[in-house]
Amino acid sequence: MIKKFVISAALTLSLVATGAMAEEDGGEEEVLEDYVEDLDFSFEGPFGTFDQNQLQRGLQVFTAVCSACHGTKFLYFRNLSDEGGPNLPEDQTRAYAEQYEVYDPELRDYRQATPADRFPENTAAGAPDLTLMAKARAGFEGPYGLGLNQLFRGMGGAEYIAAFLKGYTGEEEEVAGSVLYQNTAFPGGWTSMPPPLWGEDVEFADGSPNTIAAESEDVAAYLMWTAEPKLMARKQAGFLGVFFLTILTVLLYLTNKRIWAPIKGKKKA
Amino acid sequence: MSGIPHDHYEPKTGIEKWLHERLPVVGLLYDTLMIPTPKNLNWMWIWGIVLAFTLVLQIATGVVLAMHYTPDIDLAFASVEKIMRNVNGGYMLRYVHQNGASLFFVAVYAHIFRGLYYGSYKAPREVTWIIGMLIYLMMMATAFMGYVLPWGQMSLHGTAVITGLFGAVPGIGEALQTWILGAGAVGGPALSRFFSLHYLLPFVIAALVIVHIWAFHTTGNGNPTGVEVRRGSKAEAEKDTVPFWPYFVMKDLFALGVILTVFWAVVGFMPNYLGDPVNYVEGDPLKTPAHIVPEWYFLPFYAILRAFTADVWAVQFVSFVTGGIIGAKFFGVLAMFGSIVVIVLAPWLDTSSVRSGRYRPMFKWWFFVLVVDFVVLTWVGARPTYAPYDSIALIASTYWFAYFLIILPLLGVIEKPDPMPATIEDDFNAHYGKSDTAAE
Repeated sequence: MIKKFVISAALTLSLVATGAMAEEDGGEEEVLEDYVEDLDFSFEGPFGTFDQNQLQRGLQVFTAVCSACHGTKFLYFRNLSDEGGPNLPEDQTRAYAEQYEVYDPELRDYRQATPADRFPENTAAGAPDLTLMAKARAGFEGPYGLGLNQLFRGMGGAEYIAAFLKGYTGEEEEVAGSVLYQNTAFPGGWTSMPPPLWGEDVEFADGSPNTIAAESEDVAAYLMWTAEPKLMARKQAGFLGVFFLTILTVLLYLTNKRIWAPIKGKKKA
Repeated sequence: MSGIPHDHYEPKTGIEKWLHERLPVVGLLYDTLMIPTPKNLNWMWIWGIVLAFTLVLQIATGVVLAMHYTPDIDLAFASVEKIMRNVNGGYMLRYVHQNGASLFFVAVYAHIFRGLYYGSYKAPREVTWIIGMLIYLMMMATAFMGYVLPWGQMSLHGTAVITGLFGAVPGIGEALQTWILGAGAVGGPALSRFFSLHYLLPFVIAALVIVHIWAFHTTGNGNPTGVEVRRGSKAEAEKDTVPFWPYFVMKDLFALGVILTVFWAVVGFMPNYLGDPVNYVEGDPLKTPAHIVPEWYFLPFYAILRAFTADVWAVQFVSFVTGGIIGAKFFGVLAMFGSIVVIVLAPWLDTSSVRSGRYRPMFKWWFFVLVVDFVVLTWVGARPTYAPYDSIALIASTYWFAYFLIILPLLGVIEKPDPMPATIEDDFNAHYGKSDTAAE
């Protein structure tokens, strides 16, 4: 008995000590959560869906601003007409695609894009491709790398993008001939990407606000869609699967109980 | 097949007799399915079925994924995106396969720790245990090579780090690493061979699983009391056991239903929770990610690998004794493989004559600490290597070895076991009473 007590006491102490040590050191560590605000996107949660109007606004911001330097090379133009996506009418998608030129290996030349083509790659300014960016970044990870925040707030890729676009402080510095811009959300605090949004960069047809914050969130939602165009279908499959598996499991429970009843008899304790 | 006396298959109809004389396959299936199983098995005995199911699930989804995947460094990443976007249901196939790996490891860790607590590894089940550990090693190899295939940043740079471990072997290290990768660095040759082996190894695992089942069908199942089934006569054995079909098949299927419901919710609602976001960036040999972290199921052993740095006295001592042949890096590699070898050796390191942890008052506590230790190692394996994480990793790694090499051998000598039930029937009847009316 005493031995048990000693061991459990030692264990408790060591856990407390561990916690205290971690506490002391917390200051040195970069904690993402400090810079990335948890936003209430419509696509979050088990039943979340994309907001079609927001995706269309995001597409507008992407086209007017981001696409100058960034590509989305895994996305097809035809996806813009997908249900659960921006859901553009087919003629609009065709007209949208025609603004772009793509390289056709059969013609060995550039031609106007059609809905069957993918968005062109854009490596003009050495900017990364954005198709998957919303899944390639995590806004949350803590506390202490336990992943609990991600469990409740989601992975936070879209939140990170929005926080990054809103995170410019206006400070600049020149390092080895290139200008760096201070950004509170960027790891390390300085990014080589100049501030892309200034507010009122686009006019939304539905009269939605076009502040930096609103534009950032719209384009972040749009990039979540480019990263995961099947998100809504996936959640639906998830819901159906959980629904039927639950029924199956209940039936299996009852069957199992019935089968064992003659063996077990009444439970004593 | 089993040493426990029970009814065997008797062909009745003409065609059954005809087949049985030529190939007794129905008899084999019957005896396998009707094996007398201790009736007191608790819920920790369900993981075997979960693992068997997961293996089939991974092979089934994997075979279809392989139809759409291209193992070429320029096309691999795009082909995975093609699966996610253009293949019918491809996003579910891929997410099921990806999260299926996590399900596999959750189940295998539960299964291994079940064995460690209830002494499943002890005589006469050592061979079952060793084959099980071989399966586990194969699983790790398969999962590791599968992670390379999407050719994301972590695929590429994680592979460079892990294959770099072989480079730490004194003398032949560099040649060995080059031989494994087929080149001086992770590239096209590594991707094609890992794809090929990732397809091959699951079938090797399937074969080993059959041997694993064969082995414990020969010795009979263990059970939570560690008391063996009475084998004097069929009537005696039947007091301790029930046939696997339908009793444990139904119980296991119910448990599988619960687990699959949770699994499906993870796949449907948060499929990327367990993965590293950086792997959605296409692999680029010129850009190294800030933190290279393996998937969660490797983290305990990754933590042990990193824990033994050059400032640890044991590392310095070994380095001095071996004249520098075993440096800090190779010491870490040896520690990582050693941490798995000690599990394999558990049957001989555990000196206690009592099989089940249920009747071992001191063992229980040390085992509980081992479970906590494993969780801590998993967590600290993904943390940075500065203070206090370095000390936590070192303490936790040391405990892992201390448990197997010091505590297990000593406990058998100093511990006084609690009284045990004489038979499985006694244990079962202590919890459940036969109903008053006769069963229908």
